[in-house]
Amino acid sequence: MAGKIISKFFDIDGGNTIDVYERHGGYQSIRRVLKKMAPGQVTDEVLKSNLRGLGGAGFPAGRKWSFIPKDSPKPKFLVVNADESEPGTFKDRYIMDRYTHGLFEGIMIASYAIGANKAFIYIRGEYVRQAENLVEQIKCAYDRGYLGKRIFGTNFNLDLVVHRGAGAYICGEETALLESLEGKKGWPRMKPPFPAIEGAFKCPTIVNNVETIAYVPTILQEGGEWFSELGSERNGGLKLYGVSGHVKKPGVYELPMGTSLREIIYEHAGGLQDGRKLKAVVPGGSSAPVLTADEIDVKMDYDSLAKIGSMLGSAGVIVMDDTTDIVRALYVVTRFYHHESCGQCTPCREGTGWAERILKRILDGNGRSVDIDNLLNIAGNIMGNTICPLGDAAALPLKSYLTKFRADFEAAVSDRNGVGKVADEPVSLLN
Amino acid sequence: MVKVTIDGIEIEIPKGTTVIQAAEQAGIEIPRYCYHPGLSIVGVCRICLVEIERMPKLQVACYTPATEGMVVHTNTEQVLEARQAVMEFLLVNHPLDCPVCDQAGECWLQNFYMQHALHDSRMFENKVKKSKALQIGPNVMLDSERCILCSRCVRFCDEISKSNELGIFNRGDRAELQPYPGTELDNDYSGNTIDICPVGALTDRDFRFRTRVWYLSETESICPGCSTGCNINVHHNDQRTYKAGGSRVSRLKPRYNPDVNEWWMCDAGRYGFTHVDADSRILAPTRSIGEEQEMSWGEAASEIMTKLREVISVHGKESVGVILSPQMTNEDLFVARRFFRDGLGLKHIDFEVAPLTTGAKDDFLIKADKNPNTAGARLLGVGARQGSGMTVAEMLEAARKRKLRALYICHHDLANGFAVDVVEEALTAQDLVVFQGPNTNSTSALAHYVLPAAAFVEKTGSFTNYAERVQMIHTAVTPLGESKADWQIFRSLAKEAAISVPYFEAEDVFQALTAEVEAFSGLPYAGLAGQGIALRDGQALPESETVVA
Repeated sequence: MAGKIISKFFDIDGGNTIDVYERHGGYQSIRRVLKKMAPGQVTDEVLKSNLRGLGGAGFPAGRKWSFIPKDSPKPKFLVVNADESEPGTFKDRYIMDRYTHGLFEGIMIASYAIGANKAFIYIRGEYVRQAENLVEQIKCAYDRGYLGKRIFGTNFNLDLVVHRGAGAYICGEETALLESLEGKKGWPRMKPPFPAIEGAFKCPTIVNNVETIAYVPTILQEGGEWFSELGSERNGGLKLYGVSGHVKKPGVYELPMGTSLREIIYEHAGGLQDGRKLKAVVPGGSSAPVLTADEIDVKMDYDSLAKIGSMLGSAGVIVMDDTTDIVRALYVVTRFYHHESCGQCTPCREGTGWAERILKRILDGNGRSVDIDNLLNIAGNIMGNTICPLGDAAALPLKSYLTKFRADFEAAVSDRNGVGKVADEPVSLLN
Repeated sequence: MVKVTIDGIEIEIPKGTTVIQAAEQAGIEIPRYCYHPGLSIVGVCRICLVEIERMPKLQVACYTPATEGMVVHTNTEQVLEARQAVMEFLLVNHPLDCPVCDQAGECWLQNFYMQHALHDSRMFENKVKKSKALQIGPNVMLDSERCILCSRCVRFCDEISKSNELGIFNRGDRAELQPYPGTELDNDYSGNTIDICPVGALTDRDFRFRTRVWYLSETESICPGCSTGCNINVHHNDQRTYKAGGSRVSRLKPRYNPDVNEWWMCDAGRYGFTHVDADSRILAPTRSIGEEQEMSWGEAASEIMTKLREVISVHGKESVGVILSPQMTNEDLFVARRFFRDGLGLKHIDFEVAPLTTGAKDDFLIKADKNPNTAGARLLGVGARQGSGMTVAEMLEAARKRKLRALYICHHDLANGFAVDVVEEALTAQDLVVFQGPNTNSTSALAHYVLPAAAFVEKTGSFTNYAERVQMIHTAVTPLGESKADWQIFRSLAKEAAISVPYFEAEDVFQALTAEVEAFSGLPYAGLAGQGIALRDGQALPESETVVA
């Protein structure tokens, strides 16, 4: 095990400051890159590292960078997606708070690799303190000449801008983020064109998650192969797992890609409260299909989780013990996606609200037996039929909770304790 | 060119064609709400999902370009299911208030539900409440609950009228169409948003609750509001006029013509038909010497011709002025020419009256010349500029000095072009003033004889627009009262004067016209219907040449 890369700064006092960062070897990687490497070599090294897009989609970062058209006369942009909004996910917040300059160094290297002279950090509006810290530390970096013109005496120029979101989950979707960055309503765009061809302000743009970028300095320092070997096959390096819910020690744990979910819950997060039994785990943020207690011997990497029908997503592990009302849990998740659906395309706009209202009715004790299959059908009708993945994000929990915990839902609809009991088929639409 | 196969039909289409357009060319209609060929593509309604071989998910036909060798299926089980699912989603929060909705009968929710869904409702929850009966502009009412958020109207205001009044506010199923705060949907083309709204969200304040659309008949015509000659459909309600305050024409809708107005028309034209059923319509030939008295066409023709011959025999042919109108069709003007110029041998014939206030214009559809047939009148040579006679202004001056003794005035309200006292002095100095037109005005009030002409929806004929495109109007409703087409009125007068006008239908006039007038020669009558024919291969006249008349 390689110890820690990012999280070793979490425990250092003043780890967010430029001095402490430099004292621990910071800003060496970028110096070396600017002096000794061509942009293409940087991208190759990242390709070798098997660094995946750690925001959730898991697309290989180096490959994404290589999509930037080489001959485009337009300016290129790097956009760091710090709109961390997926319920159960809080790793990027730690990075921005405590590995601030590590993130900046990553931004500088990535910008150099793709030929960008301007980078944006798009941060969710609710991260007020984090945004303040970023702005403050960016100023320090400018003061020291690490940002701006002729960085480290080379011809490389870079400006870094913090852009605060206004509180919409959808703006974490990269094209909605770009719309929002351009000052428009956060509505996802149709693809193609992909952002690497036509992104922010119609220019080639790379959008990467905070964590992805934060690993870049180390990869360039230690080498792509070194990083790759830290993880599992095709899933390079370490990963920040955010564990929340019914565990003794919730928090962010930096572990190799492919660490088993059981190990994360029981060894690192301290296991469940005494006397409780594990009921369900969401492995990668609220949109990832739920796992039952029997499914936790899975390697936590993109490919292994995909194989068992779930996903690593943002690696926000939500642990639910046997006191959890699974119907209410699904209701809460669905209410979230209903609230956050942008409303642009039909299935997600109408389907999420519909599903939420059915679940609410079941919770109120007015469930009908047809509700379960109707919900499954609604989820199926949203799945894959929308512009962006928010539709899928809403449909996947519906499908997985209803399938894997069907008994809970059947109990809920048969145990009608509600005041206004309704028949299986409505007798009157005027009710 | 690329070759694609859609539902087994192989077609060749230009590169860049989208699947939905390619399907149309193959004769396959894929349902759509947000897609409109005149607007940018957003792919939000999702009703046009189709299956494309070698693609993992269904794709929206509106956005996906058809590429070489692509195989598309529009009616597989998966597609039909997705289509039905989208239909169901669209109706989840829809109020289903068809019985009180003005769109009923021409609603795409109704149509596509019948064609593609026919599901029983599974929706037992409360619906989302939104604002209703909201007046968002002078012409448009909004019902947000009916809105399916296709954003066509928003894109129209952004891309076509370029006035940017509308936006979609809030998120998810709370999203609502609204004008931006402090603005309203008030632009020269706002009525088009109603046309392109596929549902009952945007309705026409002028039309709503007046007629159920299934009582409407549709007749192709041309907007007479300006020299652009936007292609329109006249929607008329022939059977139940009592439901609509006696008005027979219910509304005008733009008709697609890629060379003229595409899918659009301006509000001035759209709502400019009220004169057709107005109280000011002239219903019968009337003598206004002393006591006002209605007469038969026979009496009127013989009296007018008698007086006209008197004037001519005493004061000569140069003592008569004829003021034709660019509101009249090519056929009207041609018969007028045959009667007044060739038959009676009159010299002073003109049609152009420059308005005192210049008409509004823009760089899209609205032209300053508010007449549909100025170009036609010029080509027919019935203006002073084309001949050697007096202009209208000179005629009025001559009339005041009693050098002219008789004026025959068609359609014009001369007060629009001249000071009231100038007109009054001129007309009161005449031995004979005949006014012919559909509606009374300040000029008809000074005439000795007033003859009822059919309005543009009551006759068949052709207009020549500013770019010299000849386009047809068709009879939508029967002429009101005793009124008849201008050329038919000239024919009755000519008969009295034993001048041969051997035409029975507008077509006969047109045939004679093409035989006789160089500019129109060889125009096939049958080819005029629909999109019309450009006389100079669609080349527009420079604006400076289309002097305002």
